[in-house]
Amino acid sequence: MSLNIVVLAKQVPDTRNVGKDAMKEDGTINRAALPAIFNPEDLNALEQALRLKDANPGSTVTMLTMGLPRAAEIIREAMYRGADSGIVLTDRALGGADTLATSYSLAQAAKKIGNFDIILGGRQAIDGDTAQVGPQIAEKLGIPQVTYAEEILELKDGYVVVKRRLENGVETVKAPLPCVVTVNGSAAECRPRNAMRLQKYKYAASPSEQATLSDTRKELLTKRPFLNISEWNAAFVEADPQQIGLAGSPTKVKSIENVVFTAKENLTIDGDNDDQIDNLMKELIANHTIG
Amino acid sequence: MSNFYTDNPDLKHHLGHPLMEKISALKERNYTDADKYDYAPVDFDDAMDSYEKVLEIVGELCGSTISDNAESVDHDGPRVVGGRVQYAAGTQQNLEACRKAGLMGMAMPRRLGGLNFPITPYIMAADIVSRADAGFENLWGLQDCAETIYEFANDDQRERFIPRVCNGETMSMDLTEPDAGSDLQSVMLKATEQPDGTWRLNGVKRFITNGDSDIHLVLARSEDGTKDGRGLSMFIYDKRDGGVTVRRIENKMGIKGSPTCELVFKNAKAELCGSRRLGLIKYVMALMNGARLGIAAQSVGISERAYREALAYAHDRRQFGKAIIEMPAVYEMLAVMKAKLDASRTLLYETARFVDIYKIYEDIARERSLTPDERAEMKHYSKLADALTPLVKGMGSEYCNQNAYDSIQIHGGSGFMKDYACERVYRDARITSIYEGTTQLQVVAAIRHVTTGTYINLMRHYKAQPCKNELKPMRDMLTSLVGLYEEAVTTVTSIKDAAYNDFMARRLVEMAGCIIMSYLLIEDANRNDKFTKSAEVYTKMAQAEVTKHSNFIRNFTPEQLAFYKPE
Repeated sequence: MSLNIVVLAKQVPDTRNVGKDAMKEDGTINRAALPAIFNPEDLNALEQALRLKDANPGSTVTMLTMGLPRAAEIIREAMYRGADSGIVLTDRALGGADTLATSYSLAQAAKKIGNFDIILGGRQAIDGDTAQVGPQIAEKLGIPQVTYAEEILELKDGYVVVKRRLENGVETVKAPLPCVVTVNGSAAECRPRNAMRLQKYKYAASPSEQATLSDTRKELLTKRPFLNISEWNAAFVEADPQQIGLAGSPTKVKSIENVVFTAKENLTIDGDNDDQIDNLMKELIANHTIG
Repeated sequence: MSNFYTDNPDLKHHLGHPLMEKISALKERNYTDADKYDYAPVDFDDAMDSYEKVLEIVGELCGSTISDNAESVDHDGPRVVGGRVQYAAGTQQNLEACRKAGLMGMAMPRRLGGLNFPITPYIMAADIVSRADAGFENLWGLQDCAETIYEFANDDQRERFIPRVCNGETMSMDLTEPDAGSDLQSVMLKATEQPDGTWRLNGVKRFITNGDSDIHLVLARSEDGTKDGRGLSMFIYDKRDGGVTVRRIENKMGIKGSPTCELVFKNAKAELCGSRRLGLIKYVMALMNGARLGIAAQSVGISERAYREALAYAHDRRQFGKAIIEMPAVYEMLAVMKAKLDASRTLLYETARFVDIYKIYEDIARERSLTPDERAEMKHYSKLADALTPLVKGMGSEYCNQNAYDSIQIHGGSGFMKDYACERVYRDARITSIYEGTTQLQVVAAIRHVTTGTYINLMRHYKAQPCKNELKPMRDMLTSLVGLYEEAVTTVTSIKDAAYNDFMARRLVEMAGCIIMSYLLIEDANRNDKFTKSAEVYTKMAQAEVTKHSNFIRNFTPEQLAFYKPE
């Protein structure tokens, strides 16, 4: 059975390697100082998608990302690892979107792709850490969602069986297709870039990128149509201008402040007997550190 | 997470050598493959970009998975279970990662599923892998054997076996036996022809690296009653056919992740590769040259690791109120380590480029006849490759060992403990000057290029190259070393005494090696200032070494050999 698989991915600042220049004076993220990377859990999602593709010959994996035109970089990255094609949803009107407006826009793009069997995405992006976009897309498309997925165990007869990693254990669920599955960082790591695919797709480019290419490279894109990365705007996905970008975002940022962790007071509990340990536990529970 | 390609700009310097333009154009047949394969480069820039990007993949895997697994692989090692090898878990992960990354048939042509990379970037990948885990380099690097199938097997065999290697099946070369180590003429494994044209192999092979591989190249005696190398042929054994079991694996000092097997062949079905009787005298010799270049790359990679471990420790470790790197005794060791590393690496890539050119011409000759000019060029580079291969294998592996030794020395007492990587590096380094021909046998292979003048001609060629004024004093000093070398060659060759000549051979070869590596480092410094320091340090060392040998030869008479001979 050949599947039409869509993978949602986001280009994010690498917040795992935060240096002293990570924040600007005004408390906003200094994107120039942070390298833009493939959101890590989206790579886990891509791996699940590629496994489905491996198991179901003839399947295609289409990447969908919303962001600046340079997000085409992560589409290429996905192509090196096994994705077939990609779409960058980009438009000034989409800027400033919160999770509601983002999921609406992406759901519109998914409708435009149409005919998909499954949509996979990372649990959450490391810049916002909301984990809301995947589930909201499912709601907007009116299809089931499976979150915290660690492994897709089986996909057949219009159903997918997924192992979910929860706080206190695992849960195996079955959902009808099409559905949205958001994948945890505990899932299998994404396969490496493949040397042959890298050479094949390294000149893949979106229309914005093509504008700056030499004639030889443009010619190559005509000769090799698979090198074309699609670029869609809000109008193309028939998005309601009131529901996208800042206009469609009820979340307003009131203020941003730098938080410096400092201990206001400290308490030392000495000793190694059970009583002392008991006191420590009580203290920790009392101040809500645990429990 | 580090990337072992991008964190080492020296590699890019060597990849960017001016000769690469010619190599790439030849390898890509002027970029005509681009019409047939959507991953083939369209021009030189495209090809170089691909080499670099693929090396970045290699660097990333090596800087993460492979180096992360190195310690546990060294500790766990492979096991024999029911006559089969079971790799350490880390080894399995490494192999899987390399397969998925498509790094298993790098130098094979595209029509057989490979990347069609020249030897030079492929050898660079081997250099990088060895820095991460020298033992794993053996398993990964045995893809070299596909080269032998490509060069000597028939079309049908190429099409059946090479795509499997490109897809990630591993290989081994089954040459040595309990009584045939360095002396491969004594190989006894028996090959018997069957009425249907296939062969059956019977006997024992020992010290076989990755001996439970999927596809084996086996040297066996096909000619009944013969006793020398002319009775040996090369065979391909496919594990799918069965008949070979692993009796045991050796408990080695180093490269512990790489299983070294004793194999028992019991009526194992095999097919002839190439022509009968040419197994040793032609195919193994070719295979061996490729393997020696691979060991040279492994040596350089280990040297790199040894140097980096030492450098990091010397920065961190404080004694007497300062970092130990600030002490002359320590920074001298580090500078010399770096100079040896840079010297062996520059010779490695010079050799790889020469191998590239002649091998590509050989391959072109399979498609059409070469022009007289092309043929002359092929012969020229083939001879140079033949001359430099034993030099870089011999001296590169000795430098690798010296660097591994010094790396521990810089770590002091801590280096003697299992807590630091330098002790693994030291154990892994030890084999490089032994297998694929000991350093002593590299001298045997190299000495004819001392006597026939290949080295001196190469020195003259380097001397004629333009260079910056500030490097001229070093070049002038080398001119005087070349004089000492020529004098020593004349002295030794004028005495017709085989034992004396053999006794002096290593000195002459080392003199040639020191001078050639000095020239190459000056050439590197000429292209890139960052090599000036190593060029200065190395030429000083070369001066001392060459003078030492020169003095020894001057002050030695053949009669004095008696002091060295066993009673």
